[in-house]
Amino acid sequence: MGLLMRVAETGRTPVRFVLNGQALTALAGDTVLTAVLTNSAQLRNSEFSGEPRAGFCLMGACQDCWIATESGQRLRACGTLIEEGMRLVTGVEAAPRSNIGPNEMPSAGTLT
Amino acid sequence: MTALQPVIVGAGPAGVRAAQTLVAHGLRPVVVDEAPRWGGQIYRQPPAGFSRPGRTLYGFEAGRAEALHAAMADILDRVDYRPDTLVWSAEAGRLDLLSRGRTDTLPYGQLIVATGATDRVLPFPGWTLPGVYSLGAAQVALKYQGCAIGSRVVFAGTGPLLYLVAYQYAKAGAQVLAVLDTASFKDQAAALPYLLRQPAVFAKGLYYLGWLHTHGVPVHQGVRLLRATGDAQVSGLYWHDGRSEYRLPCDAVGFGYALRSETQLADLLGCRFRYNTLQRAALPECDAAGRSSVPGVYLAGDGAGIMGADAAEWAGERAALALLADAGQAVNTARAATLEKQLARTAAFRIGLERAFPFPCDWAAHAPDELVICRCEEVTAGELRQCSQDTGAREMNRLKALTRVGMGRCQGRSCGAAAAEILAHACATGPDAVGRLRGQAPIKPLPFAAMLPQDGETA
Repeated sequence: MGLLMRVAETGRTPVRFVLNGQALTALAGDTVLTAVLTNSAQLRNSEFSGEPRAGFCLMGACQDCWIATESGQRLRACGTLIEEGMRLVTGVEAAPRSNIGPNEMPSAGTLT
Repeated sequence: MTALQPVIVGAGPAGVRAAQTLVAHGLRPVVVDEAPRWGGQIYRQPPAGFSRPGRTLYGFEAGRAEALHAAMADILDRVDYRPDTLVWSAEAGRLDLLSRGRTDTLPYGQLIVATGATDRVLPFPGWTLPGVYSLGAAQVALKYQGCAIGSRVVFAGTGPLLYLVAYQYAKAGAQVLAVLDTASFKDQAAALPYLLRQPAVFAKGLYYLGWLHTHGVPVHQGVRLLRATGDAQVSGLYWHDGRSEYRLPCDAVGFGYALRSETQLADLLGCRFRYNTLQRAALPECDAAGRSSVPGVYLAGDGAGIMGADAAEWAGERAALALLADAGQAVNTARAATLEKQLARTAAFRIGLERAFPFPCDWAAHAPDELVICRCEEVTAGELRQCSQDTGAREMNRLKALTRVGMGRCQGRSCGAAAAEILAHACATGPDAVGRLRGQAPIKPLPFAAMLPQDGETA
């Protein structure tokens, strides 16, 4: 069940991608966030409470929309466009907290 | 004249006008922007292949949006434009960049910081549920992706954006169940004399409100948001109108309390800050022309204090003229004076907006202990209060060190304002007395791979 609802611009070229092993369709120009959340209600789980998250600010400030590819690469879903053949997985916890953020410099962030 | 090496951070209304002004004086500025296309958040351009006209995307502001887009398109061959590029750290004379997974450094001689703003967020229990978004997010979903954040949407909080987004959603065919404004009719009546100083802007506000009324969208004023509930996603929002509690079943909530300036870069650059009572935040100091406390660093647009998009265009141009004048170039001083006058007028109008949509000063007093304040590290209001009580912490950076509030990936962009309110309330003081979270590099997460030696380099 998707979270976002398309209300315009539905005539764009379809793009095929895979989410949690399931073949799905998005539209060219969708962000990864839009592609996933028009098909599903979450992007990731909180690494602390385990609760589902689906982004919050959609403009690169909150950093709550990181999602993983099957190969383990992490993408910020609101700022990355969907590409043909992308293989994504939701519900994966983000990297362990010991690696996160500026206070652990110089390792500096995580997310790969 | 000294060699000029100007860099502009941000390609919204302020950054674009600053770039245009420098180009008009024969300079070739570098324009660094995190977005893939120029326009900023307010005039954000959809990806290639989208077809809605400017009138649909930007409404009354279509003319301004298209003019700004055209201004940048006109100078693209005379600027070093770097889209999709994050400035993740800065120091005197140097910016650290991340673009397509690779880091780089960029020296600058003069810098115009036009970093804009994001929603000011005061959370309620359940705000981390899927389907709950900031008002700005709701607008980005519609403008940039042609999507609504849900099929039955409630908009809540306060500020001009609340009514604008509700109107845009209803007009686009989404079902808007209600607008819940924490400001009261009394607030708006008291603000009238100030708002009438810009009758055209005021008229637009009335138009949105009238449109919502005639299209049957209920607008409730003077409310308090209690909590959102749901399992896998939000399914209801509880609110109080001063007499009774209500529950509104819904599958999406967009909320926010006006905007907050994005100041982390100015902070890393060592700009002096001062608490601004009207905006209820510490802001980097600057003079009427946009000069910060650091020579060669200029501030323009909402990143230097919320003034709105029109003012951002003027401030961008004004800051560029200051940069040029400081470098010994001849500039049109009459034009500079006009811009300053326009900015001063806008500042008076902002007083009216703050009165019409006042910050809910009782928010912290009502925030329950179990409320998650920091959505990155999941730190609750109760933990913050307990920490302050147990350790005597009365300052934000101390509170951060002890509880991890504001230490996660968002670096306090989402939670900083709310955490300061909770701490101030716990200490029986005001948010001006608890300090501000210091900016720390990287201001946004970097991939490990970007920090490793890259092709052709050795460690």
